[in-house]
Amino acid sequence: MITFILNHQLIQTDEPAGMVLLDFIRYKMHLMGTKAGCREGDCGACTVLEGHLENGQVRYKSIVSCLTPLGNVQGKHIVTIEGLQKDKMSPIQQSIIDNSATQCGFCTPGFVMSLTAHSLAQEASSPQKVVNAISGNICRCTGYRSIKHAAADISAVLAGKDMKNPLEWLIKEAFLPEYFRDVAGRLKKIKEQAVSTESGKPVAGGTDLYVQQPDVLAVAEIQFMNEDASLQKIEIEDGFCRIGGAVTASSIVQNEALERYFPKIKAHFKLISSEPIRNMGTVAGNIVNASPIADLTIFFLALDAVVEMQAKDGRKRDVPLRKFYTGYKQLVLQPGETIRAIRFRLPETAVFNFEKVSKRKYLDIASVNSAMLLQLKGDVVETVHLSAGGVFAWPFYAEKTAAFIRGKKLSPELVSEAAEVLLSEIAPISDIRGSKEYKSLLLRQLFLTHFTEMFPQQFTPEVLFSKIMAL
Amino acid sequence: MKNIDSKGHVTGKSVYLDDIPIRQNTLYAAVFDASVAHAKIKSLDLSHAKDFQGVVQIFTYKDIPGENQIGGIIPDESLFAEDEVQFQGEPVALVVAESEAIARAARRKIKVEYEELEVVTDPREAAAKGLLLLPPTTFAMGHPDKRWDACKYVFSGSTEMGGQEHLYLETQGAYCFPQENGNLMVYTSTQSPTAAQRSIARVLGTGMHNVQVDVTRLGGAFGGKEDQATAWACLAALASSKLQKPVKLVLSRHDDLRMTGKRHPYSSDFKIGLSEDLKILAYEVTYYQNGGAVNDLSPAISERTLFHTTNSYFIPDVKATIYSCKTNLPPNTAFRGFGGPQGMFVIESAIAKAAQELNIPASVIQEKNLLKEGDMFYYGQKAEQVNMRKSWDNAFRDFKIEEKKKEIEVFNNEHRFLKKGWAIMPITFGISFTATFLNQARALVHVYTDGSVGVSTGAIEMGQAVNTKMAQVASFAFGIGTSRIKLESTNTTRVANTSPTAASATADLNGQAVLIACDAIVQRMKNVAADMAGTKPEEITLKGEQVLAGGKATGISWEQLVTEAYMRRIKLSEAGHYATPELFFDKEKGKGHPFAYHVYGTAFVTAKADCLRGTYEVEDVQIIHDFGNSMNLIIDTGQVEGAVIQGIGYVTMEELAYDKTGRLLSNSLSTYKVPDIYSAPEVLVVKPLKAEGPKHAILKSKAVGEPPLMYGLGAYFAIRNAVRAFNTDFDTFDSPITPEKVLMGLYRLKK
Ligand SMILES: Cc1cc2nc3c(=O)[nH]c(=O)nc-3n(C[C@H](O)[C@H](O)[C@H](O)COP(=O)(O)OP(=O)(O)OC[C@H]3O[C@@H](n4cnc5c(N)ncnc54)[C@H](O)[C@@H]3O)c2cc1C
Ligand code: FES
Ligand code: FES
Repeated sequence: MITFILNHQLIQTDEPAGMVLLDFIRYKMHLMGTKAGCREGDCGACTVLEGHLENGQVRYKSIVSCLTPLGNVQGKHIVTIEGLQKDKMSPIQQSIIDNSATQCGFCTPGFVMSLTAHSLAQEASSPQKVVNAISGNICRCTGYRSIKHAAADISAVLAGKDMKNPLEWLIKEAFLPEYFRDVAGRLKKIKEQAVSTESGKPVAGGTDLYVQQPDVLAVAEIQFMNEDASLQKIEIEDGFCRIGGAVTASSIVQNEALERYFPKIKAHFKLISSEPIRNMGTVAGNIVNASPIADLTIFFLALDAVVEMQAKDGRKRDVPLRKFYTGYKQLVLQPGETIRAIRFRLPETAVFNFEKVSKRKYLDIASVNSAMLLQLKGDVVETVHLSAGGVFAWPFYAEKTAAFIRGKKLSPELVSEAAEVLLSEIAPISDIRGSKEYKSLLLRQLFLTHFTEMFPQQFTPEVLFSKIMAL
Repeated sequence: MKNIDSKGHVTGKSVYLDDIPIRQNTLYAAVFDASVAHAKIKSLDLSHAKDFQGVVQIFTYKDIPGENQIGGIIPDESLFAEDEVQFQGEPVALVVAESEAIARAARRKIKVEYEELEVVTDPREAAAKGLLLLPPTTFAMGHPDKRWDACKYVFSGSTEMGGQEHLYLETQGAYCFPQENGNLMVYTSTQSPTAAQRSIARVLGTGMHNVQVDVTRLGGAFGGKEDQATAWACLAALASSKLQKPVKLVLSRHDDLRMTGKRHPYSSDFKIGLSEDLKILAYEVTYYQNGGAVNDLSPAISERTLFHTTNSYFIPDVKATIYSCKTNLPPNTAFRGFGGPQGMFVIESAIAKAAQELNIPASVIQEKNLLKEGDMFYYGQKAEQVNMRKSWDNAFRDFKIEEKKKEIEVFNNEHRFLKKGWAIMPITFGISFTATFLNQARALVHVYTDGSVGVSTGAIEMGQAVNTKMAQVASFAFGIGTSRIKLESTNTTRVANTSPTAASATADLNGQAVLIACDAIVQRMKNVAADMAGTKPEEITLKGEQVLAGGKATGISWEQLVTEAYMRRIKLSEAGHYATPELFFDKEKGKGHPFAYHVYGTAFVTAKADCLRGTYEVEDVQIIHDFGNSMNLIIDTGQVEGAVIQGIGYVTMEELAYDKTGRLLSNSLSTYKVPDIYSAPEVLVVKPLKAEGPKHAILKSKAVGEPPLMYGLGAYFAIRNAVRAFNTDFDTFDSPITPEKVLMGLYRLKK
């Protein structure tokens, strides 16, 4: 049995744990405000809030209900558009009306939920942050200008938020109904109960699996990775970082300690999926899905991360991420084995960059992505790791190129020669994300861009291209 | 006034097809479709699927009691394939089961043996093989072939323009249930309730009076639910009628993407001739339209391409020919602009080609050839109340285009790996259905005894706020607040023989019908009021919910007047009928007066390309748009903004991809990208042009649905110019201009 709170109502259901929340909400509870637009996480029409207890308080985030199995909401608070109902419009709903930011209306409940998640966030609002909060919501009608204006108005109202007692303030200002006040207490009373089947298919965020095989999973036995709190930790110690397998992309960006080592991490991670998908998708899920363009994997490959695995009988082993793949969707991970964590040395003085180009800049799968880490000693390259996605049957670690660069003096000549080596060791194929010619050219460009980004003074595009164009 | 639906929308209470409460015993259907694009069906084995637990029945063409035919304009489209399939996604069977999951699981058990036939996906290849949906059509004025010698410059070239997926957020669907005496109630997400009604009756072999179609609202449509909604309604109706149970059929997104047609891709050849002073003297164009497997709306869409061949320019000698090519793709269909954008893209490309050869900005040529008052459109209609020049000049003045151009030049000189480009996109778009008979509408208006009002029309609410406008019209006519007015669902028993909600003309046509109905009631009420106030009916006006006589208060309220009229047994209901006057078109000659009026405007678009990564941003879109006397500027502006972004998506990231076997590769939202909030331009300004609206527009407020989509084409040319600022060897005209084409273009070497 799965127990959770849906809006103000306690739910105890025997529906299969693999059923997606969207179907439960719409077709079992008959709450029709949450819409089904795509069932693959790409439109945001099905967005709801998920609240979980953290230090006695409920923390909310936006998730897409179409990819969330019921098993993942055990002990949580789920809020749909119906759960915001009051006699009065919330300032969010009102600003959408005032700015005429709704036309056919099919996308609108999703926008309202994403915006409400933003109002519950613990950081100060800004118009840009409001826009980020709705980055997973597609509207085919309005053209977004009116939505951006609504976002700015909402941000202005939220500027007055009482950060000491945000919940009371949000209730007072009619963002939330009164019953939110009691949710923490009610959640505490829900007994912890495991809904996993030990031998079942591992599911973490579900953002890959539920896109690929929703019908199968709806009735399958499932091992819910998110149940294990020990997989959700980020630890920093002795120059190393250890990220639990079930840590989400959002938890990584929100980690302030990590941001010190990766000053551009917010901009880099913004290129990965969307707010609700980042709230759900995990590191291990990204690695195991083994997509050739997996962004997190490409990111961590260039940090030369090590994957910590554990078998059912408790046996543990470590494998470098660059040795994790053996073929297209072929992994060293054995049946029954799960990823506990990844571990990597933090870049103290090394420089790091991540690049991604896709047809649509945000919320799209890369045509090509790449990450690079460089540690210089004087002007000689001491350590280098380079990864590239979309150019090989799996997330590619550019071993030859790295070997070519290592130990040499960094110069425009070296970079242009290394670009040649890189292009000789990849094997892109033509597909919907681009022709192989495009992917090769794009990887060369991104490789050069790593240098213009890492060493803007020394490597201007003009300097690098004077070598390349001459080739 | 805000959209009357907004409160329902923001609270999630608005009802769409899939939200209709389920009746007991409802069954669920899933469509089994062809997995190959062209083949003979050798055998169809339904036995395993039939045996699947929970399956109720599987339907094929053999179960159709009437005709297996749903073609709208030309009867060439079967509901189910019989012994041959013509495109991947063509319905072959319908599985009806106790749940949607069962229906989907069971359809995987259906086995078909195909004998594959040759697949053609390319329109030029189809034309070469004589595979045409219709005989080629030509519109002409003068004789370009006699003009070329008189031209100082002559340029020719080819263009490619991809299709576009509608991506209405609500997928297609229908929910039917049987009523007594063999009648059917049909709820469906369609722009054309009458087409659904007519086709269902045909398929079931019954009368239209036995089929009631009802539509509350659509979650977006954009033309994709004009003709292409019909099949799903017919399928659900067939099953419901045969089984005498409620049957629901809602397409999953993947089914919808795979099975439905899109905006037509075009491949075209042009030749353009100019005088020394850059007047376009002659223009010749041949369009190869990729129609898909059957006609659908292609004949009408072809015509509109021809109508918009010269966009906003006067050209004395023009000849345009279109081949509507039969390919093994899903039937391509209506999409906002309806063939117009494809025509305009070619003339704009021809001008851009001439400009790049002459080393001048395209705007110099555009400006010298803008349409003027009294010019003759090459299809024989005289241009009247022309606002083209005015919108162009206002754009230059208001958006400081000359200064912007200089800034961009300076920027490009200062940056080697960042380049900007700009373009101007003028539009001229004709309003009316080009099939003259469709330019009619009806409305039914009831005034209830408490003074509240119910309005039914043939218009479908799909986000364009047509219902809000209808309420405004009734409010204007009766002099009462819109809170007293309810817009009813669109229902074929209340308003019959409706034209589809399309051609941007719906508010005009239905609004006039509402006005006519209201005015007739008002006239009768004025007689009563005059009697009550002891004056003449001509003296009476209804305003602010009060009766005025000679402009002065009478103390009689709207409610009192209604009560009195009722007591006197005055008819408080009326059906209005409107047919746009003056329209005619001779298809044989390609001449006539097809449009009630035209909409004009000018967009200034700038873009920035990152020449390292090959990415770009559309930065600024600033528009002077001719709304006429907009009756609701907030709503109309929203229509312009939405259309522009859809147009930008069309020419930038929205890349429809089929492989050689006719399989859709961009078959999900992860492979077909539409604009998100970040891809909308930083600056999007829409300024109304000050100009009197035409009399055939409802309350002189011009139609607004389609025309602004074509401003989006400016983004194509702005990005292209940014790339050319880095590399002038980039000289193709191939839309959409994806990051791939940009990067390849940036580093393309001289041939
Ligand atoms: C709309 C959308 C956009 C996306 N955009 C991007 C993008 O831009 N870049 C990108 O890289 N990805 C993207 N993805 C893919 C996906 O979000 C990521 O790959 C995510 O990290 C997957 O994590 P998950 O927890 O959801 O995986 P799940 O779907 O839960 O699982 C994926 C696989 O990992 C296995 N698994 C999960 N956890 C473990 C574990 N601890 N041990 C062993 N096996 C495990 C599962 O069995 C399964 O095989 C997108 C997905 C969606 C729906
Ligand atoms: S339905 Fe589109 S994101 Fe869930
Ligand atoms: S209002 Fe129609 S999709 Fe946003």
